[in-house]
Amino acid sequence: MYKIVLLDFGQATFLTSDSGSSDVKDIIFEKLPKTILLFTSATVIISIIGIFVGALSASKVGSTIDRITSSFAIISSSFPVWWIGMLMIFLFAFTYQIFPARATPDIPASSPEYLGALLYHMALPLITIVMIGFGSWAYLVRNFMVGIMQEDFIIAKKTIGINQNKITYTHALKNAAPPIITILALSLSGSLGGAIITEAVFDWPGMGRLYFEAITVMDLPVIIGATYILTVFFLVSVFIADLLYGYFDPRIRSSAGE
Amino acid sequence: MSNITPQEIRKEFFKSKMGIAGITILTILILTSIITIVIIPIETFQEWNNPESWITYPKAAIPIWVNLFLSEKIPEHRILVDPNIETTFNDEINLTSYQFNLNFNYDQFPKDFIYSYLLEYSGSPLLQMSVIRPDGVKLELVSTSLPHSNLKIIHNDRIFSTDAMIKKELVLQEEEFGFEINRLSVEDIIFSKTESNKPLKGNYIFLIDFYEINEESKIIDSKLIIGGKAFGIMGTDELRRDLAIGLLWGTPLALFIGLVVSIGSVVMGLVYGIYAGFKGKKTDETMMRFNDILYALPALPFLIILSVTISNSIFVMTGFLMIFGWVGIAKVARSMSLQIKTRGFVEAATIMGQKDSKMILKHILPQLLPYAFASIAISVPAAITTEAGLSFLGLGDPSFPTWGQILHDANTFGAAARGLWWWIVPPGIMIAITGLAFVFIGNALDSIINPKLKR
Repeated sequence: MYKIVLLDFGQATFLTSDSGSSDVKDIIFEKLPKTILLFTSATVIISIIGIFVGALSASKVGSTIDRITSSFAIISSSFPVWWIGMLMIFLFAFTYQIFPARATPDIPASSPEYLGALLYHMALPLITIVMIGFGSWAYLVRNFMVGIMQEDFIIAKKTIGINQNKITYTHALKNAAPPIITILALSLSGSLGGAIITEAVFDWPGMGRLYFEAITVMDLPVIIGATYILTVFFLVSVFIADLLYGYFDPRIRSSAGE
Repeated sequence: MSNITPQEIRKEFFKSKMGIAGITILTILILTSIITIVIIPIETFQEWNNPESWITYPKAAIPIWVNLFLSEKIPEHRILVDPNIETTFNDEINLTSYQFNLNFNYDQFPKDFIYSYLLEYSGSPLLQMSVIRPDGVKLELVSTSLPHSNLKIIHNDRIFSTDAMIKKELVLQEEEFGFEINRLSVEDIIFSKTESNKPLKGNYIFLIDFYEINEESKIIDSKLIIGGKAFGIMGTDELRRDLAIGLLWGTPLALFIGLVVSIGSVVMGLVYGIYAGFKGKKTDETMMRFNDILYALPALPFLIILSVTISNSIFVMTGFLMIFGWVGIAKVARSMSLQIKTRGFVEAATIMGQKDSKMILKHILPQLLPYAFASIAISVPAAITTEAGLSFLGLGDPSFPTWGQILHDANTFGAAARGLWWWIVPPGIMIAITGLAFVFIGNALDSIINPKLKR
């Protein structure tokens, strides 16, 4: 049992890390930062853009911005990210050669230009993920906000004459925070797993591809290790989300005595 | 939430533009599926992975409608099957002549040509192939005698444009051309203007003559394939497969997967959730904790493990997709049934001593139906994209040409790098359109059921 606490999953059967180690822990901790770099930063960008666009369209329900946001959210949600990725590679890596097609830089990790090269290689997948992802976030935030904007206290604040922007971004957004934070926590922990298919398309050396490779060769120690780490992150983030929910929404604190 | 009657929902639904758009797209897709199933013989799609059956098609050919937008026309791939037959008797010699007309109006030379035939004969007939060009020049291409046979036999053969004897024959007729032809390929000579090496447009007649003495041969089947770079409405892929057939067959498959998975998982989720919510107490607690465990499982990795270890058959996969689909719906159904349980009519029914099953079916389930329909519609796109994603990773059922499968092949053959856009774009658009139809319907239903979102 204590081995699991120490994150000791033994030796991988087939896969090795880039440095040649077959220790499952080494493999996972080599891939995890890359996934965090791409998917977690994408999730953060998506949620920031999403919250702002969502709040903006909720403050002007029925306006052009609102309609564009809603229809963009609906349309983008039915496109598979990896297909958009293929299209982006086709357009911006081959037709117009702006970005590299493979997302793995070929410079060794020790050289000083490595970070810059990595960021440059990251651009295309990052743009793709953000482009497809922020629409549904904005739509979600908008829907929470629209519900809150109809509450009495908002109407009361409007009648007092408080600035519309201030109402939207401080009073309404704060009240919409609990569900938004829950979703944010879940999607952050979900982003650690990477997206198997997206990583396959862009050839990004993260957790998702590790998972896929491990499954296709049935490398059980790696599968178990990766699943374990992701599940732990998931459970921890659910726990944190629950605590934050209670912090932002005092109403649910007393529900234990129901 | 549940004070709307079905009639009202229908009325409201047809008032919303989104709902109508969704229904329209869905109707078109269903019609396409029906037409596909009726018109395209089912064997065609079962032969999807059999390279033999696609041999007459061109490799990675662009769709023909692209020519409409180009000033330089790309030669179309033509399969000519209906020759004019002329038979003449001259003393003892029988001449049977098969004529193929080809209207050639392109600015590039064709890639190659193949004449394949199935001939029933006896003796040793002489085969002569020649072409009469639009400018009146007649070029001899092939002159050969078929192997001798005393009995009637059936002979199956192909004449390829790469055949050395065609080149030899053409070099003998070099005086027709005003330029050096030795280094050119056969089709670049045949379809060239005489003064310079540019394609000659017009009507070509390919003649295949069989000469026999006192015998009569009969062609059972023959076709002339003029290899081009454009083919069909959707083009072909690297393995010469007609993408139009793949895309059309993908429609019923995607609808099948999407609908079966979403209906299956919504029904499962509803039954599970309502039962847990209705029973309450310990049953509820146990069932919901089990639900939580499933909820915490990462779906895609598990789907991959299942498809690698158990089976990647399309029917088994729909089952796997259902297992991960019902969890969220069960949660909502449970909380909704908890609310409904507290209503007066349910309590009244309990006091009257209704059976549990009857209570669930007659009183609680109907209240949840609008929600059920909305979530069926909303969960279809996810099912379709998940299946497409699995196929894209190469874990799908290879015997069915789903859209994900086509994209998987496109990725393996490096379609993006080679600029074969007609291999990448249409399958994705089909996935998106199908998803969109259901998202539209789902959203329209949703905004009727939750009127708060509408304003």
